[in-house]
Order: sequence, then C-alpha cells, then structure tokens
Amino acid sequence: MATFNLNINGKQQSVDVDPKTPILWVLRDHLGLVGTKFGCGMAQCGACTIHLDGTATRSCILPVSSIGEKKITTIEGLSEVGDHPVQKAWLEHDVPQCGYCQAGQIMSAAALLKSNPKPSDEEIENAMNGNLCRCGTYLRIKAAIKTAANA
Amino acid sequence: MKVSALASGGMILSFGWLTGCKPSAKEMLEMPKEWFELNSYIKIGENGVVTLYSANPEFGSNVKTSMPMILADELDVDWKNVIVEQADFFPERFNRQFTGGSQGIRQGWKPLRTAGSTARQMLVNAAAQTWNVPANEITTEAGMLYHKASGKLAGYGEMASIAAKLEVPKDVPLKEIKDFKIIGNSKKNVDGKSIVTGKSLFGIDYKKEGMLIAMIAHPPFGMQVKSVDDSEARSMPGIKDVFVIETLRDDYERNGFDTTTFTKLVVVVGSSTWEVLNAKKSLKIEWENIQTKKITVQGWTGKQEVTIPAGLESTIGHKERMVEMSKKKANVLRKDGDVELAFKKAVKTLERTYYAPHLAHNTMEPVNCFAHVTADGAEIYGPTQAPEFIMRTLVARLGLPKEKIHIKLARMGGGFGLRAYCHHMVEAAVISQKVNAPIKMIYTREDDMTYGIYRPTYTAMYRAALDKDNNLIAFHVKGGGIPEHAVHANRFPAGAVDNYLAEGWQLDSNITIGAFRAPRSNFIAGAEQSFLDELAELAGKDPIDFRLELFERAKNNPVGKDNDYDVDRYAGVLKLVREKAKWGEAGSKASRGVAAYFCHNTYVAEVVDLTIENNKPVIQNVVAAVDCGIVVNPDAAANMGEGGIVDGIGNALFGELTFVDGVPEKNNFHQYKMIRQKEAPKAIEVHFVQNDKEPTGLGEPLFPPVFAAVANALYKATGKRFYNQPFAKELKKDIDLG
Repeated sequence: MATFNLNINGKQQSVDVDPKTPILWVLRDHLGLVGTKFGCGMAQCGACTIHLDGTATRSCILPVSSIGEKKITTIEGLSEVGDHPVQKAWLEHDVPQCGYCQAGQIMSAAALLKSNPKPSDEEIENAMNGNLCRCGTYLRIKAAIKTAANA
Repeated sequence: MKVSALASGGMILSFGWLTGCKPSAKEMLEMPKEWFELNSYIKIGENGVVTLYSANPEFGSNVKTSMPMILADELDVDWKNVIVEQADFFPERFNRQFTGGSQGIRQGWKPLRTAGSTARQMLVNAAAQTWNVPANEITTEAGMLYHKASGKLAGYGEMASIAAKLEVPKDVPLKEIKDFKIIGNSKKNVDGKSIVTGKSLFGIDYKKEGMLIAMIAHPPFGMQVKSVDDSEARSMPGIKDVFVIETLRDDYERNGFDTTTFTKLVVVVGSSTWEVLNAKKSLKIEWENIQTKKITVQGWTGKQEVTIPAGLESTIGHKERMVEMSKKKANVLRKDGDVELAFKKAVKTLERTYYAPHLAHNTMEPVNCFAHVTADGAEIYGPTQAPEFIMRTLVARLGLPKEKIHIKLARMGGGFGLRAYCHHMVEAAVISQKVNAPIKMIYTREDDMTYGIYRPTYTAMYRAALDKDNNLIAFHVKGGGIPEHAVHANRFPAGAVDNYLAEGWQLDSNITIGAFRAPRSNFIAGAEQSFLDELAELAGKDPIDFRLELFERAKNNPVGKDNDYDVDRYAGVLKLVREKAKWGEAGSKASRGVAAYFCHNTYVAEVVDLTIENNKPVIQNVVAAVDCGIVVNPDAAANMGEGGIVDGIGNALFGELTFVDGVPEKNNFHQYKMIRQKEAPKAIEVHFVQNDKEPTGLGEPLFPPVFAAVANALYKATGKRFYNQPFAKELKKDIDLG
C-alpha cells in the first residue's frame, strides 16, 4: 500500500492503495466515480476511457503509480453540468441504447475534438475504433461527433 | 386495482432499502409536496407533476421511455411534466416485468393504455364531483381539466387528491388512434442525461456501506471443482474469505431459465475489486470430469428431462457429429404433399448446407449482482431481464419467503437474452448469505465470456425443386443444432409450396446455451434467405420478384393451415424496401443483397450494399423496411433498428466462439472479434410501414435477416456463396486460397 495524491476533475484526492491498482478501480471502488466503466480489463473495449492530461487513455490497465502529476478527467468532470458540446450532441442524436459504453465513447470523442476540431469521417473512425458498442450505436456516435465539431 | 392515496414517496418509501438510487427527477421540475397514487403506474403531485413507473427492466431497447409514453398519452399529460421511475420487481402491482422476446410494447400496449385512460377518467370524475357538472362534459388536454359551459378549469394536480380516493371506473374507452399526441412523436431517452454524465445507473455501479466484493472461478465445460489450494489467496491483502458454493443441486427441479452450467463455484471475497482479482489469479484449482447427469426442467412446454453428458467437447467434434446426424433420420416437424415425389419430377434442384458457430453475448457490462441477505430478508440489485423467472429459485435456495426477497431492477449494460438467466442473482445471494455481509459479485470479462448460455451452434440443409417453368414445386429443410435446432416449421415458405417438409434434430451438450437476440431466427433467417437468393438465381428470377410470387401463391391458394405469417404484411416490407432502396436501378457501384424475415411479430426486409476494399467488405448502405404496426417512439425505434442491423452485420462477419476440450478458445475482446466503428455501415435507413395496427417489438426483428442480406451481397461482390458463419473468415479463406 502507498498513498497517492491525484488530480481528478480539478480536485486533489488522496488514496491509499496498492501501487499496481489500475486507476479504473481507484476511481470506481475508492473514489465513488462510477461513470468510468469496466468492460474488459485489457484495454480492448474502451469503456474505461478517461483523459490523462487531455489525452484519451484506457484506465483499466493504467497503474495508479504511473499517474504522478498528470491531470485525470473522468466523465463526471468533462463539464460542470453535462453541457460539454459532445454531451449535448449525444443528447441531440439520442445516441445511447443500453448506455454502458457511452461514457467511454464520449471521452474518446471529446479528446479527438480537442486535438482535431474538424475530423474527417476516416479520422473519426480511427479515433473511435477502440470503443466497442454491442448495441451498435456507431452511426449515431459518428453523427454526434460531427454535430459537436460544428457546434 | 386497489387505489389509495399514499404519502410523499409512495412505493419508493416502501422500498427504501436502496438509498443509492435516487429518483431521476427531471431538471427544472419542481417536486411536489405530496403524491397521490391513481394506480400502480401513475402518481400525481399536487402541483401537477406526474410520476410514471416503468415496470419492465431496461436493457437498451427504450422501454423505459416508450412504455411510459403510452401511459402519458392516454392520461393526457404534457410529457414535460412527466418523471419516469424504474419500478422494483413487484408482480402484485405490475404486469409482466420481463424484457425479452421483443414483447414489451406489444404486451404492454393494452394494459398501459388502460392504466392511463382509467386514471384520466378518475381525474375527470373528481372534477365532475367538485364542480357538480356531468363528467361527460369535461374535457382534458395536457394535464388540464376543462368544463366549457361553466368556464371552470383545473390542473390534474388540483384534482389528484380527490381522484385518488374514487372508485376505479371500469371499461373506460381508449383514445382513437388519430388522437394520439405523444405516441408517434419522438421523445428522448429519459435516462439520456444520466448516461452522458456518468451517473450511477447500472448494477455494477452500486455500492452500499460495508459492501464486500466477490469474484468467482468456474471450470471448463464438462468439468467441476475437485480441490482448491487457496493458501496464497488467503494471505493476500484485503481478502476476507475463499470458499466453494453450490448454487443449485442436481436434483433441484429447474425452470427453463435456471442454470445447469456451473453450479459449484470457487468464490473469493475481499474489500476491493483489485485485491479480489489478484487473489483469484493466485488460486490453484484442480478440476475433475463430470459424470453424465439428468436434470429435470419445467419449461414452457412441460416437464422435460435434460441430459448433461460427460466429456470434454470441441468444435471439431461438434462439426463431425453434425455431419453424421444430418445423414440420419430426423423428427418430422411439418409435411405437406410429397417432397420426394416432386424431386423426381423436378427439372432443376438445389441443395445447400449452412452452418453457424456458438456465439457469446458479450454485453458490455459484465455479469454482476449486488446482494445482501440476512435472516430478515434479501435485497438483490442487479441486471436482470426476468426477475419473475428467478424468484422461485431464490425462495428455495435462501429459505426465505418471497415477500422477504426484494429484487430491484438495475439499468442493464446490454442483455440480448443473457440476462433472462439469473444465475448471478442466486450466486450473489448465496455468497452474501455465506459471508453475512452485503456483497457485489463481479465477473471478469473472461468469466463472462466463458460461462456458457451461448447462442447454440446450428446447421441446416435446404433442398428445393423447380419445374420446367421455374416454379418452386418442393422445399425441404432439415435443421439441427447442439443442443437445439432452429427450424420454425410453419414459417415461410411453408404455405407457398405444395410439397414441403421440415425436419429437425438435436444433440445433447454440456456447453450451455440460452436465448440470444432473436433465438433460432438469428441463424435460420440467414440460412433460409441465402438459400432463397440462390434458388431465385437458379430460377432466373429477381430475388424480390421470386419471393413476391411465392407470397402471391400463399395468399391465393395457401398450403396447410398453420402458416405463421401475414402474406400482405410480409410482401409489404419487400415492396417498401424495393422502392426505398431503388432496387433494380442502375448506378450504384456497390454489390447488393436482399433478405426478408418475420419473427417476434414484426416484418422486416433489408437491402445491403457493400464493396470489397483491401480484401475486406465495406458496408456502404443498409436500407430496412419494417412493419411493426404503430411506431410508439419513432427516433428510438430507428435507433433500435440501426443497432440490430449493426449487431447482425458484426455477428455475421465476425461472431464465433469455438471450443477445444471444453475450453472456449476466446475469452476477451483481443480474441473475440466484435464489429467496431470502422466496420460499421456508412449509412443506414430504417423505413416504417405506416398503419394503425397494434404495435409489435423491434429489439430482435431487424437482426436476423441482415445475415442473409450480407451473404447475398457478398455473393454479388465475390461470385462466391457464403454458407458458413462467420463470413469474414470464409472471405479470408477464399482470398488466401487465391
């Protein structure tokens, strides 16, 4: 066990955990931030996507000890009141079906638009290819990203 | 229906043991000081705010929005003033709290309309009494009551306390379809905001003070736990206990949704997920082979003895046994005329065999469940499509009366049939009882993917005979599967051909299977509609014309009595898809395939356009035509349709789970290929037939036909027919072979 001071959604949080603990479980089990989802545990499905200094990162294989000073943003911290352009576009297109993968999809999409405000279809497909959705909402995800890009 | 006014909170208070899940009140909506309950589904606050209970569990098919829309329309309220709350499992109050079989809207239609219109009538009666005017002179609109002659008006909230005390009127008339205001007008997902902001909605998100985390280890198929060396695990940080549980004994009489898979599990319990996960990895478990056993199952069709055979099964072995079985006699399911005689007279014949592997559900939310069992009762909260199917087993296993077992329905991170089988609820409850603490059990993805309850592996042989004029004179389907076949003997083309024979065979297996999005149809539609495509070609006919000719025959001069389809509606979706896809018109560089299917009470036709780029299929466009009667929530219905199509294309191209010696060869997404953003169609159009027929469901019907539409389009693109799923593997084989 070791103590880690983490910057999460703009707040300093301290946790006392095994250094190897993936940040996903620190968020979910220790800090009550359950918006970040467990899907596969091996960075294959994207349900656990967070931002690490603004970059989309799979949290399920990322040990807490590797975070250091980097800033973590989770779906809960993407916007104050759920009005990030990507969140708004998601609601406008009524994207979710079951909804389980959508926090990860939104985090990947928000990171994409931050680095590439007007992505092409191909760039969207590449950036979003790591996020699985068994419900099959991919077309609405793509449409919502385009809407957010034009917002 | 017993009606009483309840104090603030109503039934939520009576189920107050789950404080982690607050009602999701709409933003900006001021909560009333008091609620008045008009019936199980509806309560109204003194300020006119309306709470509608969504009785069915939500797994993504939009029931939590669409079903309350039906209530709201008949109640005649403004949707803006509606709060939807997920009801707990409460069979005394609600009809059929089951999500599956695409039946939610269909079977909810009448009861929900009745509940809404009856509550509205009670409000009208309350106003009539208060104003001393005849009830039939009172009109309503958007949560307001009006009496034109006297100029009196009141909001529902003002009359709710009186209405709640009135007799429940009987046989209240329902609205005319033309008067619907909410039904047919798209409403956004009521949980949309919570989903996009990451609120706690799912079973896996739940937490209770003092809760421990539990994980399981299960054997390969055909094996069971022999011994466990847990010495290392026990010494690891955070670990409270390691033990073996037996959920159900072999002599327990099951229903069709009780598991026969792994009834003895190794369990690790500890304080956090990561600690338990590590301890689970350190277990040294010895497995031993099972003996053949018989289990009694009380299914929908009566009591059955099911054999669970000993042995370590492999996909190669399954395929060999399928070939052997297909040569043997099978059970005759339907016979019209004389197929063999017709074959002797045939000018052209065609025989083809189709195959599909096991599939895993792979819901994005792995299996999980919270349980807190004490001597006083059990609280269970988790993803379930069918709480009613597991209650009897919970009662028997926990030794508690059903009144003391409370099941709360979490939003599910996907279901697809998997969560109709609630072994996870029994497992979590047994673990909690054993450790005497609240626990949340979580499967790893690997546990989830290798646990069974799969889509079965199927095969089907089709034969057909044409006469000199290319008329279909004989049709023979012989389907088999492990452990069930997929033949629906009375479905099309039964009824459209004089000589028809349907047969089925099945083989026992210890690899368990279960409902998987459009059970059986999810294989047989692809096989049948691929075969018809090839048959149309042999007959020298356009594939849509060929089918329409058969429907014409079935309409004018049907064969047999039990044909399980409506000819006009079936032909109707084909005609609509022909029009919308501009079928037969030149111009597209893409290769096209068409298929149509009727299952789960809804008619669907689909056209897939694809190209092959870098040896990979690229789905350019899918056009679907759907007849599900009245469309309650059009945009959500289109979303559901798009999802079924994407999921179908994914499973057709990539879906496969194979076994070696009882061990699944894939256990996570690095091995199990699922459709991703890059492989999704570039465009999908879902068109609905406009009619006033009672609504039917959409969760399943768009899924099965797309398998064949893809196969038929692949044929146009490559010149090769695709008989074996997954098609991408076949495509690769062709390319590899040059």
